[in-house]
Amino acid sequence: MPGRNDDAYWKANIRLVLSLLAVWFLVSFGCGILLVDLLDNIRFGGFKLGFWMAQQGSILVFIVLILVYINRMDKLDARYRRSGADREDSA
Amino acid sequence: MSVQAWTFLFVALTFSLYIGIAVWSRVRSTRDFYVAGKHVPPLANGMATAADWMSAASFISMAGLISFIGRDGAFYLMGWTGGYVLLALLLAPYLRKFGKYTVPDFIGDRYYSRTARMVAVFCAIVISFVYACGQMQGAGIVFSRFLEVDLSHGVMIGMTIVFFYAVLGGMKGITYTQVAQYCVLIFAFMVPAIFISILMTGNVIPQVGFGSQLTEAFGGGYLLDRLDGLSEQLGFPTYTEGQRTTQDMFFITAALMIGTAGLPHVIIRFFTVPGVREARKSAGYALIFIAILYTTAPAVAAFARTNLINTVDNVEYSAMPEWFSKWETTGLIRFTDRNGDGRIQYTGDAATNELDVNRDIMVLANPEIAELPNWVVALVAAGGLAAALSTAAGLLLVISSAVSHDLLKRGYMPQISEREELLFARISIFMAVLVAGYFGINPPAYVAQVVAFAFGLAAASFFPAIVMGIFNRRMNRQGAVAGMVTGFVFTALYIIYFRFVNPAVDNADNWLFGISPEGIGALGALLNLLVAWTISRVTPEPPADVQALVADIRQPEVD
Repeated sequence: MPGRNDDAYWKANIRLVLSLLAVWFLVSFGCGILLVDLLDNIRFGGFKLGFWMAQQGSILVFIVLILVYINRMDKLDARYRRSGADREDSA
Repeated sequence: MSVQAWTFLFVALTFSLYIGIAVWSRVRSTRDFYVAGKHVPPLANGMATAADWMSAASFISMAGLISFIGRDGAFYLMGWTGGYVLLALLLAPYLRKFGKYTVPDFIGDRYYSRTARMVAVFCAIVISFVYACGQMQGAGIVFSRFLEVDLSHGVMIGMTIVFFYAVLGGMKGITYTQVAQYCVLIFAFMVPAIFISILMTGNVIPQVGFGSQLTEAFGGGYLLDRLDGLSEQLGFPTYTEGQRTTQDMFFITAALMIGTAGLPHVIIRFFTVPGVREARKSAGYALIFIAILYTTAPAVAAFARTNLINTVDNVEYSAMPEWFSKWETTGLIRFTDRNGDGRIQYTGDAATNELDVNRDIMVLANPEIAELPNWVVALVAAGGLAAALSTAAGLLLVISSAVSHDLLKRGYMPQISEREELLFARISIFMAVLVAGYFGINPPAYVAQVVAFAFGLAAASFFPAIVMGIFNRRMNRQGAVAGMVTGFVFTALYIIYFRFVNPAVDNADNWLFGISPEGIGALGALLNLLVAWTISRVTPEPPADVQALVADIRQPEVD
């Protein structure tokens, strides 16, 4: 049965996932779709910012989000990992 | 050497490589056949996932589509990459922790029900078939255009190759050919893109060239400003402005994202790695490998569009380069001299426009339009084939494992031995290749729309059922089955009505909340969620062993 330790792990996990998904929503649906015309007033180089977010920037942020997730989860796993059972796939 | 000689050389070389891998990776157990023994390292799985995912549509059609719709093309770009964030954060690690072979496996065990498993088998087979037919057709187009073989022979050659490594090597063969195919397709996509970027902007990196100034030979000024100017001048919509309504963009992007995360052939790639950590890591690698192509595609779109307009507009028909007449013979470029002046007028006004350009040829013809060397032109054919075949193989494996593992072994013929199950897996992949090949040669009408179908259906059926199975311990059999059926049926009916039954009313005035059929899967997913949640509250909670399974999925992996 799940103990208190597992609950804490799960809660930390949910917090991490929700905050990353908030950024995910903000850059794609926010900057790339809802606010795109507003951001288009800002220019850098040959790009309008809204257009760039929609076709380039959001994708780059997605990569960063997954990398942050990998890194944080590795640390979270290390902190809460229990010894005892062995990994299913030693075969 | 001519383009055709180079093409033959590249295709022959890559195909021998795929066959070599097939022979090397023969398998004898169902575990190897379904999930490559769970021994695939994350880097290799990332490449395989990228090739599995990037189909003929991503390679051949996407940049072309974007070059004709401008900024709105972002729904493909964000939709097909943003889905990986959902996959990495909400599905991949937990499904790997669960540790079985297929998506219906998870649905069946988590919802302790053969009905749920069979609903999942049905959805997986429909989605994968629809998608696989499009790939076979894509392979056929590349063969017929570049190697000048008959389209049906092209499809048969493609089928034979896929059949060879999929039947011999199952998931193991498919995985390692996909790694090779990723290398081929990304090289074939990037080389012409870099060439064109240097040619037009003097910048080596296409993503930077996209926002740079054109070289003197192309008239100077920022590329995108020039493109906007040309578009307005010729009566096309401004390239960097949107045409679709905000809510439609929102729903299409959401449907593609959720659909991506719910596609069974992508999900099963995460069953092939040794553990949860590796599943997370390979999702990261996969998105990086995919993003290389996906951030280049919009740059290619803008380069190609500018170049096309520069090359053809108001130029004498008789002065057109060789590629123009070659594509004219395929019917993918059509010129009608309406005003009889012998020059091509390319405009956004249907009454005066004299040129029709098929969107699919933008990537294929782009190197020729930019007058790149023959070997670069030829690369594109090998890349297009790698993209089509790698995706087709992944899809066929889903169909095969859904039949042999879920329908037979875990469904109606539990008494069969492992050897028999493996035999059934091979027979069903063989049958699936034949059926997909048949539809590749005799495509049902509207192949492109039918593929969009797959995303909507995956979004509305699988994604909510899997996410709730992990994140909602109270979700039960009754809720999940009702949700999947509702989502699938609602989405299918909406698309069938507007695309096939009554296409005359397929416009924003008649759509539900202004959502086009491409975007309806997102609403279907929401409906699935609501129905499932409501029904699960008024029916008994899942049995203790299933709740323990959920609790176990949520715990950190043990070394």
